[in-house]
Amino acid sequence: MRELLIIAIGSALVNNVVLSQFLGICSFLGVSNTIDTAKGMSGAVIFVMTLASLVASIIYKFVLNPFGLDYLKTIVFILVIAALVQLVEMFMKKSMPAMYQALGIFLPLITTNCAVLGVAINNVQDSNSILASTVNGIATGLGYTLAMVLMAGLREKMEYNDIPKSFRGMPMVLLTAMLMSLAFFGFSGII
Amino acid sequence: MSAKKELTPNTPIERIYNGVAKENPVLVQMIGMCPLLAVTTSVSNGIGMGLTTMVVLVLSNILISLLRKVIPNSLRMPCYIGVIASFVTVTELSLKAYLPSLYEALGLYIPLIVVNCIIMGRAEAFAGKYPVVPAFFDGIGMGLGFTVGLVILGAVRELLGAGTLLGYHVLPASYQPINMFIMAPGAFFVLAIVIAIIQKRNAVKEEKAAAAAKKEREQILAATTGMAMSAGK
Repeated sequence: MRELLIIAIGSALVNNVVLSQFLGICSFLGVSNTIDTAKGMSGAVIFVMTLASLVASIIYKFVLNPFGLDYLKTIVFILVIAALVQLVEMFMKKSMPAMYQALGIFLPLITTNCAVLGVAINNVQDSNSILASTVNGIATGLGYTLAMVLMAGLREKMEYNDIPKSFRGMPMVLLTAMLMSLAFFGFSGII
Repeated sequence: MSAKKELTPNTPIERIYNGVAKENPVLVQMIGMCPLLAVTTSVSNGIGMGLTTMVVLVLSNILISLLRKVIPNSLRMPCYIGVIASFVTVTELSLKAYLPSLYEALGLYIPLIVVNCIIMGRAEAFAGKYPVVPAFFDGIGMGLGFTVGLVILGAVRELLGAGTLLGYHVLPASYQPINMFIMAPGAFFVLAIVIAIIQKRNAVKEEKAAAAAKKEREQILAATTGMAMSAGK
């Protein structure tokens, strides 16, 4: 239990997936315009990341590792994630149309979100158990959500600020990300 | 000056110019940010990552361009992902065998080349539509453009964060390295400044072009009124 807690806090706060590992930066910079889109994207990421961590570690443990196919993990994992995203999309369309409407465009984008593949590969490299992998997936998703929603909140406020012309748009977002990542350094003493 | 020579499209030189300057993936299109921020703690890491990505990009561009008439349109995404993932695995294993130090330094970011938007983007935007030779040079150009971005960021961060360039001490010993530049916040900071400089440059350029256009209009106006006046006489 203690171990799981350490994994969870470690991936959600200390080694925040976006702000210290630089995974999922594209979506972090791209869809953090408003809190609503940030929430939608984060919800979809938590969902897919948890499922992908679970499925990927099961496949690794029972298929790839016993048969000595470790080197195929990149190909297998990315295909698993792509298939999973497709499956989730179809399932949601059928049974949760409201949720599907809300997440709509974000779901296909997740296939190319490097955070999802990154977590799956990290789990294998750290030889986490299946339970630990799943916990790691959820925690990383929560860490992503935290960074994403905080950033969206700041960006909504920043709309009204008077920013020097050259710094408008991306540079200002990156500077904000810098300050956030400095703040997250504060967590590094926890574990 | 204003009559800049337009390069013929899809020639090798035009493709390389396009990748490095006109449509530079990181500095202009701003894609492929994850590896850009993550591995640029030093120039050598930047070069290593850039060239590794270029190899994958060139190989996948060639194969996808060769297969462009075979791959059905509705299945192209899974096919592209399969092709790219296979080349990434090949490259990863080669690096592990021949350049273990680089393999250690880049770590997780080598398998993550699969989800680098630049490679998928070029497959979708270029290689899937054009013949092999332009696709090959497109890969080289985009790969070089990516490497240029990585090297710029890596150089600034290594210089300020460690006082070295490519491992050699270039700043005087009295320089106190600012550690933050090698850590995560430094990456965001340097990229923000680089993009701000590019935006400033573009704004200045646009201003100049607008001023030149205005001057030209005035000249034409003066000429036509002059003509009208002389015709009226």
